[in-house]
Amino acid sequence: MSFQIPIGPQHPALKEPIGVRVTVDGEIIREADLRLGYNHRGVEKLAEQKTWTQNIYLMERICGICSHSHATCYVQGVEKLMEIEPPKRGLYIRILVSELERVHSHLLWLGVAGHEAGFDSFFMYVWRDREIVMDILETISGNRVHYAINAIGGVRRDLDELQIKHILDSLELLRQRSAYYQKLGTTEPSFVARLAGVGYLSREDAIELCAVGPTLRASGVPMDVRKDDPYAVYDEVPFEVCTADSCDVLGRTVVRIKELLQSYNIIEFLLKNLPAGPIAVRAPRRAKPNEVVSRYEAPRGENIHYIKSNGSDKPERLKVRAPTLANYAATIKMLKNGFIADVPLIFAAIDPCICCAERSVAIVDARTAQERIVTMSSLRELSLKTAKYQTRKREAEWPL
Amino acid sequence: MATLKTLVYLILYPGLLFIFFYSTFAEWYDRKLYARLQNRMGPTHTGRAGVLQPIADFIKLMSKEDIVPERADRGMFRALPAFGLAIVSTGMLLLPVWNYSLSNPSATSFSGDIVVLLYILSLPTFIFFLAGWSSTNLFSTVGATRVLTMLFGYEVPLFLTVLTPAVLANSWRLAEIAAFYRHHPWLALLNIPAFIIALICVQAKLERTPFDIPHAETEIVGGTFTEYSGKKLALFRLMMDVELVVAAGLLATVFLGGFPGGLLPGLINFIIKTLLVIFLLSLLRATTSRIRVDQVISLSWRYLAPLAVIQLLVIIFIKGLIS
Repeated sequence: MSFQIPIGPQHPALKEPIGVRVTVDGEIIREADLRLGYNHRGVEKLAEQKTWTQNIYLMERICGICSHSHATCYVQGVEKLMEIEPPKRGLYIRILVSELERVHSHLLWLGVAGHEAGFDSFFMYVWRDREIVMDILETISGNRVHYAINAIGGVRRDLDELQIKHILDSLELLRQRSAYYQKLGTTEPSFVARLAGVGYLSREDAIELCAVGPTLRASGVPMDVRKDDPYAVYDEVPFEVCTADSCDVLGRTVVRIKELLQSYNIIEFLLKNLPAGPIAVRAPRRAKPNEVVSRYEAPRGENIHYIKSNGSDKPERLKVRAPTLANYAATIKMLKNGFIADVPLIFAAIDPCICCAERSVAIVDARTAQERIVTMSSLRELSLKTAKYQTRKREAEWPL
Repeated sequence: MATLKTLVYLILYPGLLFIFFYSTFAEWYDRKLYARLQNRMGPTHTGRAGVLQPIADFIKLMSKEDIVPERADRGMFRALPAFGLAIVSTGMLLLPVWNYSLSNPSATSFSGDIVVLLYILSLPTFIFFLAGWSSTNLFSTVGATRVLTMLFGYEVPLFLTVLTPAVLANSWRLAEIAAFYRHHPWLALLNIPAFIIALICVQAKLERTPFDIPHAETEIVGGTFTEYSGKKLALFRLMMDVELVVAAGLLATVFLGGFPGGLLPGLINFIIKTLLVIFLLSLLRATTSRIRVDQVISLSWRYLAPLAVIQLLVIIFIKGLIS
């Protein structure tokens, strides 16, 4: 007997709205279908009405976890458009914050993975230690989530000796704890039994389906924008691209823990080699007509911003491709032939940031399976029409 | 007079009132311990150190809106919580705390009561299954099938290991088994492997991590209890607390020498020993992650059941040696 189970748009395993319909045969998933578009915010349209500087703060609010990633990706693109070069110290501080963000994002993910696997103790411990890096971010920028450290042409806040010492001290503690979590996450029998072999994505599939970030690297593909196309000062910083060969959720966990340890090394290197000098240069108000594609390795994978300018103080077009969107196709592949019990784990393993990925409204006709893109005004008409003619049903049909 | 005594027995002690307070205390103890093991505070506000929190939760749930889904089997859906609570509370009466007299078997302490208690402890599983099935929700249905699937895993090793001490003590009466091990404490040491297996099986029976599969919230929302709310959910939660106490009491009776000493010392013994068992169960809960339902089956049939059989054979052999 096979039946469909709706996971989402509201489900305890998902913190953001997305619909996954899984057709199950007993406990085994035969078919999976992803439905997007529950959380369209119109960020791109809004960006066209704001100035270059205002947009930094808008970009920061695309995501609550990788806020710095979107802002940096945007700022790097705008700097290219304006043909300005930020000073070294500014770039060092910028990528220092982005590595700290990677640490906090990966620790957050580790905790979530523990929770999805029903290992709540792991979740509590990891999130306790995540507070250390949140405190560091607060000492640097004054904020825990939206750091607002970027400016076009550099950064907004400088570091002093006391802060550097505080960060280095806290880093020691984080290193010890991460090593412990590496041991725990890869040896605790019931946890490993849940992760190993789950959500298999072969190397070929990962490349073919354009997976990005830790999902791709866990399938044994050493692809990292920081190494392949170094931006800012990544060409000066020694670090390794972490990969795993197991192609499953355990591999994705291992990759993320290894990246944590790499990030600590990067942070230490940056702090010990912080050059003196100014932190920002003055940026012009307008950019010449041009277009640019900016790439950035966010904690979740490659982030792409396409920016087009028309000579005014506002962008003509801004397109954001969040890493989560690139991983959806691979997720469907991973879900098939798995267990229901593994859905939250597989889904969590791409570290989904659903709101970041919501960009367009597509309407799929359920009967003819035709897809069409609608404009806002026709959508509004449609909703008014529906509301007018549809009487509220006493008991809604179960949507299957 | 006899009627009054029976009423006191059923309503005050060891009846419903005592069961209610002690099981909520056990829940608080479990929650507090679990929280401290996770570096959290746990309940703190209601009562001293939050000890009244489970009672507050119970009262809160009792006052909440109670919804019966239109598609559900209404009679079954309504009756099950009360039925389940009644069953586990009956199990409480069979524990040899209040019927400690060895020489005169009573209505609640007789030869064969260990089997009755095991039977009573199997019934909640069916209650959970029926609760999930009669809700007709998809998540509940999946939860219900998981309840039954798990039952086939842990039930056999649990029966084997709990009956092992009974075989050695040569009795089917809980009070006598406990008394036997009080007189021969070193023989109780032989049952330690059985005790460990029984702990794991009881954890599965109580559906706690790593076996909280039927109501794994990240997978199937509320599982069997998805459609339950208000009073019915409150009764179900109380039922699970009572089941925890009864199961801990059963393990303490057969493996830890029961509760000697009459009315008051017996009660103190009961509290200390059940809390010890609950401590071990909480420790297991805090240090493991949830496994999959197929892994439960392979765990119990590959490891637990064969080990239980070996333990039983060893005990039979030793029994032959000492008699």
